[in-house]
Amino acid sequence: MEAVGGVLFSGIVLGGMYALVAMGLTLQYGVARIMNLAYGEFVVAAGFAALWLFTAAQVSPLLGLLLVMPAAFLLNLMIYRVLLLPLVRRARSPGALETDSILATFGLLFVVQGVLLAAFGGAYQNYSYLSVPIGLFGATVTANRLVALLFAAAIGTALWLWLARTRAGTAVRAVAVNPEAAQLVAIDVRRVAALAFAVGGAMVAAGGVLVSMFLTFNAAMGVVFTMKALVVVIMGGVGNLMGCLVAGLLLGLVETAVASWVDPGLTLAATYALFLFVLILRPAGLFGRPAR
Amino acid sequence: MTGFTIGRRAALAGAAACLAAPAIGRAQGTPAAVRIGYAISKTGPNAGGASITTIPNYELWVREVNEAGGLRLGDRRVRIEVVEYDDRSISEDAVRAVERLVNQDRVDFVLPPWGTALNLAVAPILNRAGYPQLAATAVTDRAPQLGQRWSNSFWLLGTGQDAGAGLAEVLGPAKQAGLIGDTVALVSVADGFGIELANGMRPALQRAGFRLTYDRSYPVGTQDMAPILAEAARGNPEVFVACSYPPDTLAITEQARVSGFNPKVFYTGVGTAFPLYKQRFGANVEGVMGVGGVDAASPRFQDYKRRHLAASGREPDRWASSIVFASLEMLQQAIERVGRIDRAAVIRELQTGSFDTVIGTVRLQNNLLTDTWVVGQWQDGEFYGVVPTRKQGARQPIVPKPAWRPT
Repeated sequence: MEAVGGVLFSGIVLGGMYALVAMGLTLQYGVARIMNLAYGEFVVAAGFAALWLFTAAQVSPLLGLLLVMPAAFLLNLMIYRVLLLPLVRRARSPGALETDSILATFGLLFVVQGVLLAAFGGAYQNYSYLSVPIGLFGATVTANRLVALLFAAAIGTALWLWLARTRAGTAVRAVAVNPEAAQLVAIDVRRVAALAFAVGGAMVAAGGVLVSMFLTFNAAMGVVFTMKALVVVIMGGVGNLMGCLVAGLLLGLVETAVASWVDPGLTLAATYALFLFVLILRPAGLFGRPAR
Repeated sequence: MTGFTIGRRAALAGAAACLAAPAIGRAQGTPAAVRIGYAISKTGPNAGGASITTIPNYELWVREVNEAGGLRLGDRRVRIEVVEYDDRSISEDAVRAVERLVNQDRVDFVLPPWGTALNLAVAPILNRAGYPQLAATAVTDRAPQLGQRWSNSFWLLGTGQDAGAGLAEVLGPAKQAGLIGDTVALVSVADGFGIELANGMRPALQRAGFRLTYDRSYPVGTQDMAPILAEAARGNPEVFVACSYPPDTLAITEQARVSGFNPKVFYTGVGTAFPLYKQRFGANVEGVMGVGGVDAASPRFQDYKRRHLAASGREPDRWASSIVFASLEMLQQAIERVGRIDRAAVIRELQTGSFDTVIGTVRLQNNLLTDTWVVGQWQDGEFYGVVPTRKQGARQPIVPKPAWRPT
C-alpha cells in the first residue's frame, strides 16, 4: 500500500490538472452564460499549437503560452462577437441563451475538429518536454506535470486577483451574480460577457498547452476534456473559481486514492459517486451561489 | 511506360464504352472503373488507430494500383474509383454507411472499417450482400466461429487469447534458463481487446509456472498511471505486463521510466508497435515487448516501409499495418485471377487461393490468417516479431531488458 504522502501528492498534481482545464469553462459558462460544448476542442487545439511550436520552431511550451494565450483571447473574442452575440441579442431568457449556445457551440465543435483533422490528421500525438523524474513525498512524478501544476496555480491566482481586485474583474463578478442588476450600476453586460468569454478562452488555451506536455492526444479527444471540465465546474458551482479549484483537487485526490488503495478499475465509479454525492447535498455545487 | 499507355487506352476504351453503351459494357463484365467504397473512422475515438493503421494503406494501395493503370480484369486494366465515408467511430454510422455503399452507391467492393467493434457491426450486412470482408484490424476470440458463420468474412489478426498466450512462450523458457523469476504484475484496460488479451495471458502464464503479484484493470481514458504503476512495482515483479491502449501504453512506459521501475521483462499492449512509440522514447525502447511485430529484415517489408513513408509521410505501424496492406494485395490478386467483378468467385478465391504479399505468402485456413506475429520486441530500433518462435524471421528475445536510461 502506498504511503499517504505519495497519494496526496500524486492526487494534487492530477487534481490541479483537472482544475486547470476547468477554469476557463467556469468563466465562459458562469459569466458569459455560454455553455461551450466546443470547449474540449479548444483544449486540444491549444495542445496542437504547442506541439507545432515545439516540433517545428523549437519553442518551449511554457514560452508558447505567451503566444497561444493572447491568440486564443482574440480568437474567442471574435467567436463571441460573430457567432454568439446574435444569440445573446435574440435570447429572451437565460434558459433560451443556454439552449441556443449549446446548439451553436455543438456546431463549432465539428468545425474546430475538422480544421484540426485537416491540419494534423487523426493520429495520436505526443512530445517529450521536461520529462525528468522528480521525487517528492515518496511519489515520483515527471517534472512537466509539476511545472504544469505550478503554472496552473500561478495563472489561477492571477485570474483570481484580477477578479477580486480590479474594476473589470468586479464587473465580471457582478455579471456572474446578477446580470440584470449589473446593468443598473452602468455595467455594459454584453461587453463584460464578451470579455469573460475571451479570458475564459485564454484560460482554456493555457490548460491545453500545459496538459499537452504530458498527455497523449489526438484531434478526436476533445470530448474527454469537455466531460471532465463539466463535472468539475458543476461540482464546484458554476462561475466560481474557488469551487473549480476545490472540486478539481477533490476529484484528483479521490481518483488517486481509489487507484492506489482500492482498485484502479473503480476510479470512474468513484468520480461519479463523488459527483452525485456532492450534488445531492448541495445541488448548486460546492460553492453554491455563483459568485467570484 | 507500358503501364501508362495501357492505362490510358483502357481509360479511353472505358469512357467510350460508357458513353456508347453502358449496358453492354456491364454485361460483358468490363466496367469503366472498379468502384471501391469504405467507411472509416476519421473522427471519434477510433480515429487515432484508423489514421495510423488503415487509412494510409487504403490510400497507398489505391494510388499504386491506379498508377499501374488499374486492376487487371481479363486483358484490360480498369482504374479504381473510391467512395469514402466517415463512420465517426459509431457502429450505427458504420452500418448506415456500408448499407449506402452497397445499395445506393452500388460499389463493387467494400473495404472494412477499423477495429473489432465496427468490423463486427458491418459483418452481417456485407454477408447478406455477398461482399468479401477482409477484417485486418479486428482481434476477437470469436474469429474462428465468425469465419464459419459468415463465409465471406476473413479474420486476419488472430485472437486476443493467442496474442496473450504467446507471451508465455517467451517467458517460460526464460524462466527455465534462470534469466527471470516467477513473479508477474499485470494491468489491463477494462475494454474489449485489453480484456481478451489479459484473459489469454492469465492461464498461459499460470501453466508456465508464473504467479501474479498484482492483477488489476483500469478504465479507458485513465490519464494518470502513477498510482497504478506504484502499486504494480510494489512487489518488485520480474515481469511487468500491461494490456493497454495507445495513450495508456505511452503513459505507462513514461511513468515506468521516470519512476525507475525496471522489471526484467516489460510488455505493453496496443501502441507499442507504433512509430510514435519509438519517436517518443528513442533508445529507451530497446527490449520493450508488445503485441504485434514484423519480419523487419525482409526486403518485402523494407520496400513497403519506404513506399508507406513516401506516400503518407509516416512509417507503418509494426503490427496491423502490413497486414492491412497484405489484405489489399490479396483482394487485388483474387479479383485479377477471377478477371471480372464476380464477388462470389472472389470470395471463393480468397478462401482457397495462395497470395504473394508484403507479409510473405498467405494462404488462409477456414477464413483465418493463423500465423501472425503475436509478440514483438524492440531490438536495435526495430520492432521484430518474436513469437511464433518458428515463424520465418523470428528473433531471439532479449531477456532481461536493459534498464531505462536517463534522457
